[in-house]
Amino acid sequence: MQGFSQHTGLVAPMNRENVDTDQIMPKQFLKRIERTGYGPFAFFDWRYLPDGAPNPEFELNRPQYQGATVLVTGQNFGCGSSREHAPWGLAELGFKVLIAPSFADIFYNNCFKNFMLPVVLPAEQVAKVMRRAESTPGYKLTVDVAAQTISDGDGFSVAFEVDAFRKHCLVNGLDDIGLTLQRASVIAAYEGTRPAYRGA
Amino acid sequence: MMTPRTMFEKVWDSHVVLQEPGQPAVIYIDLHLVHEVTSPQAFDGLRLAGRKVRRTDLTIAVPDHNVPTWSRDLPITDEIARTQIETLDHNCAEFGVTLYGLDSPNHGVVHIIGPQLGYTQPGMTIVCGDSHTATHGAFGSLAFGIGTSEVEHVLATQTLLQHKPKTMEVRVNGTLPAGVTAKDIILAVIGRIGTAGATGYCIEYTGEAIRSLSMEGRMTVSNMSIEAGARAGLIAPDETTFAYLKGREFAPKGDLWEQAVADWKQLATDPGATYDRVEIFAAADIVPQVTWGTNPGMVAPVTDRVPDPATMADVTARAGVERALEYMGLKANTPITGVNIDRVFIGSCTNGRIEDLRAAAAVIQGKQVAPTVYAMVVPGSYQVKIQAEAEGLDQIFKAAGFDWREPGCSMCLGMNPDILKPGERCASTSNRNFEGRQGKGGRTHLVSPAMAAAAAVAGHFVDVRNWK
Repeated sequence: MQGFSQHTGLVAPMNRENVDTDQIMPKQFLKRIERTGYGPFAFFDWRYLPDGAPNPEFELNRPQYQGATVLVTGQNFGCGSSREHAPWGLAELGFKVLIAPSFADIFYNNCFKNFMLPVVLPAEQVAKVMRRAESTPGYKLTVDVAAQTISDGDGFSVAFEVDAFRKHCLVNGLDDIGLTLQRASVIAAYEGTRPAYRGA
Repeated sequence: MMTPRTMFEKVWDSHVVLQEPGQPAVIYIDLHLVHEVTSPQAFDGLRLAGRKVRRTDLTIAVPDHNVPTWSRDLPITDEIARTQIETLDHNCAEFGVTLYGLDSPNHGVVHIIGPQLGYTQPGMTIVCGDSHTATHGAFGSLAFGIGTSEVEHVLATQTLLQHKPKTMEVRVNGTLPAGVTAKDIILAVIGRIGTAGATGYCIEYTGEAIRSLSMEGRMTVSNMSIEAGARAGLIAPDETTFAYLKGREFAPKGDLWEQAVADWKQLATDPGATYDRVEIFAAADIVPQVTWGTNPGMVAPVTDRVPDPATMADVTARAGVERALEYMGLKANTPITGVNIDRVFIGSCTNGRIEDLRAAAAVIQGKQVAPTVYAMVVPGSYQVKIQAEAEGLDQIFKAAGFDWREPGCSMCLGMNPDILKPGERCASTSNRNFEGRQGKGGRTHLVSPAMAAAAAVAGHFVDVRNWK
């Protein structure tokens, strides 16, 4: 996994609201103890027919969206279970940027841990991207993380918000455990102040 | 004079290890609960980096999500599940973490055993790689779910990097009518504010109806905070809380108990403190709730009908309801009480505690499960099971035709062999009615334990307030 500061990629539209992590990564695949190999299972129940063949009705199976790295979708994407297997699966499908009017909190956080950028845009901007992705063959967006802008080179350009620390970690591909461990002495000092009834 | 603070702010402030400008806070974690599904990759990460678990004394583990609920004497036939459970065993042994394994008398669903053993205490920060960690907020602790990368972070550092959420008061005034339960409160709350209504917020539940709930009822309310989008949902500790905790195995003892209670009494939100948002409910208006759709916000009073998408102006919302009704196999305007069921599941971290089983047993005593229904009870923990058996509840369930199982998460998420078949319709006391949650093609209706029990007997939903 690597961070990135700029990305240009094909946009796939998933015009649904409240897509929960049970849909993104169904429970039967959570029994695995590995961190990789989840790509084939993402959206499993929507993506495949009962006989295992790809479901042609499922938006991400359409030929024009193969190779997409930017997903544009509806509000409250990633709601429900905290399973990080959901962003693991999306990342393995090739997605680097997710765009929606809102994301569920735990999912949003989990994305950054996997160097995937969830971008919150106003609903009308998301709708515009959705329409263009649905109607323009090969529709691409360029996401400039450093400048915090998204544009399509054809009149659509919008700024987005991202927390400075998350951006720093994403751009530089940083492991935040290593960063926190540099603060071990501060943590130890805090531990000295914990009440005795909590095991100090 | 200090600025008045909410309970959330007090707990947050007392756990900030480090707060630098423009950075997330480094928050200390008092209790880390670990289970088999979201931890193997975290332990692997520690191993790869040569790191240890910083505070094994503040970390406990239990396998619960994928365990079979048939007799513990039978083997676990799902090899992948068995490997995952064994991996937790190995990781706990290697890293020195206390494990409540399948053979432990304290085995159970992680969010049931934490409070039961007295690990969960007011004013704590508690995390687990599970979104229903919010359950522990019922004790006035800041408890929330995290992903596996964060599990690894907590194992290694006993801290988390956190952005401070906003605060929301959900106040439920007045007295709950008979037959209306904690589950109906939280479903009504989610129904009104929506599944993303509290995203970015930490909820505090207040008001007379919340205060009069038992600890078990409070846990049911806090448990489903995430279903409204909130990672955490707190309830101020009071005498009910202290009475529940006193004497439990890992609760403070002697002088430490006195010190702890003195501190816990300071946790309640100060008079004059303000929340970023306030939502007010009247308990008297709440009737038993039944979900009809594919997320917990798609819920209606049992007296109501399945909604009609044709009456909805918003195109996207209408499409969502149409899709949900198609998945659920329901026609618009069908009375909720006209919906027949095939299965009943009583259990889960939402409603798998002893009071839940008592409430269900009271409804079915002397009655029979409808011949068209297969019903099961999965106690939330081994101790809940033992208690229920001591009270004879198992006999009531069995006599009525319920299957009486071993503890685990079971059909709440169907990671174990307990799943719905495609098209089967289930009245479930669990927390999520997402597509496929209880089995691919399965249809889940979330209800209270009493409502689930009544539906088991009737074969369809009934208003438990009129149950005879």
